[in-house]
Amino acid sequence: MAAQEQVDLLFHALADATRRDIVMRTMQGEHSISSLARSYAMSFAAVQKHVALLERAELVIKRRQGREQLVRGNVEAIRDVHALLDQFEAVWRSRIDRFGEILATDWNEGGTT
Amino acid sequence: MSVTRVDKDPNALTMTITAAFDAPVGAVWQMWENPRRLERWWGPPTYPATVVDHDLIPGGRVTYFMTGPEGDRYSGWWLVIAVDAPHRLEFEDGFADDDGNPDPDMPVTMTRVVLTEQANGGTLMAIASTFPSTEAMEQIIAMGAEEGMTLALDQIDELLRDEGGVG
Repeated sequence: MAAQEQVDLLFHALADATRRDIVMRTMQGEHSISSLARSYAMSFAAVQKHVALLERAELVIKRRQGREQLVRGNVEAIRDVHALLDQFEAVWRSRIDRFGEILATDWNEGGTT
Repeated sequence: MSVTRVDKDPNALTMTITAAFDAPVGAVWQMWENPRRLERWWGPPTYPATVVDHDLIPGGRVTYFMTGPEGDRYSGWWLVIAVDAPHRLEFEDGFADDDGNPDPDMPVTMTRVVLTEQANGGTLMAIASTFPSTEAMEQIIAMGAEEGMTLALDQIDELLRDEGGVG
């Protein structure tokens, strides 16, 4: 998956308060989808949808145990060096965008010194 | 569109970003050398930077703070390692406390800027950033808050810190 797509997924996944809370909880320990559904007073299906989105963003890992679907936070994903470098790249890209705009404006105005 | 390439070396914890500009090398150098210009691009529009000290000589310091929408302030510093105007600038880049003193608990990035004249009269700018460790990189990126990717990373960082505290 392209880095930008992954970043988009990540931020989309974390844009929702319930999903952020699921990440927090599952980083601290494995939870079943049914127990999560109870804590949010939400239907099993609704929580399952949230979890599916988080799973696509690689923020959580799901496994099956008997009838239960267990979810745990993917700490490694957050610590992934590539992902971090992507974030850092975004910081510098936006700096360079501003840099280029200012430069173009100032230089076209006659190269002020 | 000015960024021409990005090279990432996860093993060396280094990212090099290269950009091409139509302006001559002197004008590009001014973007670093003139504090009033530097502060126009260093911080994002929501966290504009104010440069306080700006001493571009080896051993010299650049200090700045960024002001957020809530009046929140983030201070930072550079320690200039090498300068060769208008082609080369190397500095360590760190965070500071509210009084502008370097924060020893926060990581330091090494930044190397190289400007090269192009045959068409333009300038190529290569910026290489090297982090001391993965942890340092995480911390620095979490501080990159201003770039709008914060909420998520801040919360996760906090969580990981809390976890570390318990263990």
